[in-house]
Amino acid sequence: MPLPLKGTCNGMLLTCSALVTAWAEVEETLKRIQAHKGVIGTIVVNAEGIPIRTTLDNSTTVQYAGLLHQLTMKARSTVRDIDPQNDLTFLRIRSKKHEIMVAPDKEYLLIVIQNPCE
Amino acid sequence: MSKTLLKPPDQLELTEAELKEEVTRILTANNPHAPQNIVRYSFKERAYKPISYVDQLAIHFSLDGNLLLRDSDEGRRQSAKIGLEPEVEETEVKEEGSKEDIPEAGEGEEPPPHSRKEQKLTNQFNFCERASQTFNNPVRERACQMEPPPRATFSATANQWEIYDAYVEELQKLEKSKEKEKQKPLVAKKEDKARGRKLTSLESQSDDVTKVTKAAKIVERMVNQNTFDDLAQDFKYFEDPADEYRDQEGTLLPLWKFQYDKAKRLAVTAICWNPKYKDLFAVGHGSYDFMKQSRGMLLLYTMKNPSFPEYIFNSESGIMCLDIHNDHPYLLVVGFYDGNVAIYNLKKSHSQPGYKSSAKSGKHTDPVWQVKWQKDDLDNNLNFFSISSDGRIVSWTLVKNELVHSDVIKLSVEGTTMEGPEGLQLQTIGCGTSFDFHKKIDYLFLVGTEEGKIYKCSKSYSSQFLDTFDAHHMAVDAVSWNPYHMKVFISCSSDWTVKIWDHTIKTPMFIFDLNSAVGDVAWAPYSSTIFAAVTTDGKAHVFDLSINKYEAICSQPVVAKKKNKITHVQFNPIYPIIIIGDDRGHVTCLKLSPNLRKMPKEKKGQEIQKGPEVEITKLDKLLNLVREPANKPKK
Repeated sequence: MPLPLKGTCNGMLLTCSALVTAWAEVEETLKRIQAHKGVIGTIVVNAEGIPIRTTLDNSTTVQYAGLLHQLTMKARSTVRDIDPQNDLTFLRIRSKKHEIMVAPDKEYLLIVIQNPCE
Repeated sequence: MSKTLLKPPDQLELTEAELKEEVTRILTANNPHAPQNIVRYSFKERAYKPISYVDQLAIHFSLDGNLLLRDSDEGRRQSAKIGLEPEVEETEVKEEGSKEDIPEAGEGEEPPPHSRKEQKLTNQFNFCERASQTFNNPVRERACQMEPPPRATFSATANQWEIYDAYVEELQKLEKSKEKEKQKPLVAKKEDKARGRKLTSLESQSDDVTKVTKAAKIVERMVNQNTFDDLAQDFKYFEDPADEYRDQEGTLLPLWKFQYDKAKRLAVTAICWNPKYKDLFAVGHGSYDFMKQSRGMLLLYTMKNPSFPEYIFNSESGIMCLDIHNDHPYLLVVGFYDGNVAIYNLKKSHSQPGYKSSAKSGKHTDPVWQVKWQKDDLDNNLNFFSISSDGRIVSWTLVKNELVHSDVIKLSVEGTTMEGPEGLQLQTIGCGTSFDFHKKIDYLFLVGTEEGKIYKCSKSYSSQFLDTFDAHHMAVDAVSWNPYHMKVFISCSSDWTVKIWDHTIKTPMFIFDLNSAVGDVAWAPYSSTIFAAVTTDGKAHVFDLSINKYEAICSQPVVAKKKNKITHVQFNPIYPIIIIGDDRGHVTCLKLSPNLRKMPKEKKGQEIQKGPEVEITKLDKLLNLVREPANKPKK
């Protein structure tokens, strides 16, 4: 992935070196999450529901991305309808086999599937 | 009846001449009553024009008759309706038919059906269809197909929040335009535009992962929460029920263990809770071994993410102490082994300290053992104190982005003046190892030294101490004022003892022997009689003076390996947990069991008293028991 020379990160104008560190930090965080105990996979989905980064196989990724994207939009719409100043922070779906955690952002969606060992 | 002429009373009386006068009357065909001045509006000339010819017909009487011509349409119609006439006709026709030849009688019969047929004709125009089929020309289709115009389906929802968002955007745009108006110079505008263009082009190019930072952080915490789910539940809800049976003793429940692999070989030299974010704490790493001095690290952990620190700072020299500002929870001051002090600003993303002292700006010549923030001075500059083994207590002020130092006190060992060369009197410099400032009395503070003495000092007196306590036989590792009681403080030392003092009395109130060098001691923030001490044999001791004046109510080995020494302990300001740092670089978090958190029991009938006064009175009672002059021997 080409590194941008100058750009914005979360709305702040950063210089080249700062942006590189920010980018490296995020990469590291994502790697740490993937390496954490029980984590099955991580997917980063953009605003249109297209997965841009994944650690799972293609078909599973596409399925998760499409379904969870819609669910997150619906959940967010619900929360904001009740109080427009509120916003969705994260969404957890606990199933028998594992737990799906979704953290929505303005433009992206981060999905992590974990098997909380018990 | 008379035959005489009756003259009406108003008859004209005329003379005979007048009577004989001939009056001519002309008869014309003109209607005298017809109007002579009819005007009609002419659209051509756009004016009213008089009509030249006027109708002169005068109808004197008109009466519409009701006779109809039999053969007229109306006549026939009506006669058909009545039905009388045709019979008359028939008879007439029949008569005529009988007069003629007999075969014509048949004809006579025909006309009646004809007339009947004629009568049934409802078509008054006698319409008969005259149609003819023409040859239809063959139809040829001529069509051409084009590409359909590009279409896009647009759909949107109008929810409450979409409307709200639109309004907020509008507001922001207005504010931005107002700001731009204020910044008038054209050059700036051009720069803005250029920058704006660059930004947009770059933004569209980079499908950036950096925008997921916040989400990634949240997810990491969630993942950790899942893994350490039982610990999180314990932290929040578990209250050891066995404490009821344990007869005043309590336990420490181990919760999370914080470690960072790059700090594994460094000992924990300082820990401090953040005053604003109660789950965030700072850990300073360095080394107590003066032979093995290497780099240092400053890490900040949050209880929400036990597997990785939130902030990481590297430094060349080992960190010995740190403190977080109460009003600015993003400012940390750090003291290094090489004698420097530095201020780190968490808000900035640099990994280097914001401000650092240097040899020129008066750094210490020995390791800095403790730093503490003070209240901002009169010019609202940040201010902190540092103490070091070189015997100086220095006050540092951050003036205009630079650290300015001023020596407050120089510690000297009393009674040890030496004869130096040329008859100079040299004072041996004492080594300060710890200090603590009084919570209420601003200028009063305590200093612990390496010789085992504790000095009571004032900020305003730079050469003399207010008081001296012969506290310990070895270096004083920590001193701390009681958070509630104004006169009480505690000290601990490597001579295995912990002593509690009243600063007006020269001898300690309580002495506790813990069988091992005591690394650190800390008062509990919720009670004036509870404190915790940690020793180098890996044990943590918790004392509650209101329950047991001679022994700890909890003595528990906390760290796994026996070679692990515990270096520091801190109570969390609100949660019932303590963090303990050891010399392997690990920080362990433990929960205090209910017995260790006992509040004074209310007597029945009395109201529950709350507040710091209660704590003060509690401790006072204890001290009064102990304060009997020299009568009661204490261990």
